[in-house]
Amino acid sequence: MMRHALFATLTLALCVAPALAEVSKEEVKVSIDNFTFNPAVLTIKAGTSVIFENGDDIPHSIVDLEGKFHSMALDTGEKFTFVFDAAGEINYACGLHPHMKGKIIVTP
Amino acid sequence: MSHHGDDDRPGGIDRRHALECMIWAGTGVLWTLSGGVPKSLGLLGDAQAAEAATKGFTFLQISDSHIGFDKPANPHAIDTLKEAIDRVKAIPNKPAFMLHTGDITHLSKPAEFDNAQQLIGSSGLDVHYVPGEHDVVDEGTGKAYLERYGKNTQGRGWYSFDQSGVHFIGLVNVANLKAGGLGFIGPEQLEWLEKDVKDLSASTPIVVFAHIPLWSLYPAWGWGTDDAAQALGYLKRFGSVTVLNGHIHQLMQKVEGNVTFHTARSTAFPQPAPGAAPNPGPMLVPADKLRSVLGIRSVTYTQGKEALAVTDTALDGS
Repeated sequence: MMRHALFATLTLALCVAPALAEVSKEEVKVSIDNFTFNPAVLTIKAGTSVIFENGDDIPHSIVDLEGKFHSMALDTGEKFTFVFDAAGEINYACGLHPHMKGKIIVTP
Repeated sequence: MSHHGDDDRPGGIDRRHALECMIWAGTGVLWTLSGGVPKSLGLLGDAQAAEAATKGFTFLQISDSHIGFDKPANPHAIDTLKEAIDRVKAIPNKPAFMLHTGDITHLSKPAEFDNAQQLIGSSGLDVHYVPGEHDVVDEGTGKAYLERYGKNTQGRGWYSFDQSGVHFIGLVNVANLKAGGLGFIGPEQLEWLEKDVKDLSASTPIVVFAHIPLWSLYPAWGWGTDDAAQALGYLKRFGSVTVLNGHIHQLMQKVEGNVTFHTARSTAFPQPAPGAAPNPGPMLVPADKLRSVLGIRSVTYTQGKEALAVTDTALDGS
């Protein structure tokens, strides 16, 4: 019984782990709704693409506080994708509504 | 109403206090301010218009035309701007000029600027602009605005001019916004402002116009300007200071000493009263009510009177 349980766990781990890694290597979404970034804090692996999508009926934008990148204003339903290659912490805000803030933590 | 701006409660002022501050101008009602108390003087009469023609002047304010906006709150923002301009054209005594307090466009696109310019230009009036945050979201973060409206301005587009003894100051508080902050004037512009008013007599009436309100109206929604107190500090010695803003798409008024603050209606769509909705996004009202919450503003200066008379008229004439 123990052996079966262990086997099942290992099998599950083998199946899930590569799938998770694959997803995190590719794309993660940050949705913008109700004048907030969701999730406000996102942890990703280096090399991951983050897709910001505006669901509000007013434009928002993504502005890196260190000035390394910024998006154009995103109208309703528009997206902005950025690939985070380097490990570190990125703090950003909406260029039109600077009280809207978000953070991305990039791990190696 | 001095509790505004120094309220430490989360979310800032509550809705009730905010509403206490609001004075909704009714049908063609003329509000004047005397000793900090607004008084309704009834309809703008011919006598007053005639008096202004000889001893003062009238100018207009429009705001937040958001050309390019096509969402449910108003799928035809260009049509309502046209209606606003038709109202301007119908004013019998030609105003001296018009102010546009920003958010001319929705997304700073060339076609939006073109359409706005064509319609607003058809008024036949000189128009003095300041940008809103929606006018500086082009790739050059404001370059498109400055190419069109930046002539004879400083920095990001600020300037001043005089009209019949009144000193007008157009400020830009939508550039270099700080994360977590509100509107921002910035040290360079503040330094310019201090010099701009330094040699003026304290009896010179001052009109300041900018996009984002210069008082902490509702910081939780970004409705205020971080360094407004410093700007207003340079204007303290003047007997009459009138501050005209847009940004919040509704009429609000505050009186503080010799300074009166007025926010204007949009010509495109309304926004909720502070705290009355989960966010400050466009407010959907029944289609037959839309024109009652959009409008234009007329301001009359009469020589010898400290208070400027502010009249707001909705697009439906109410």
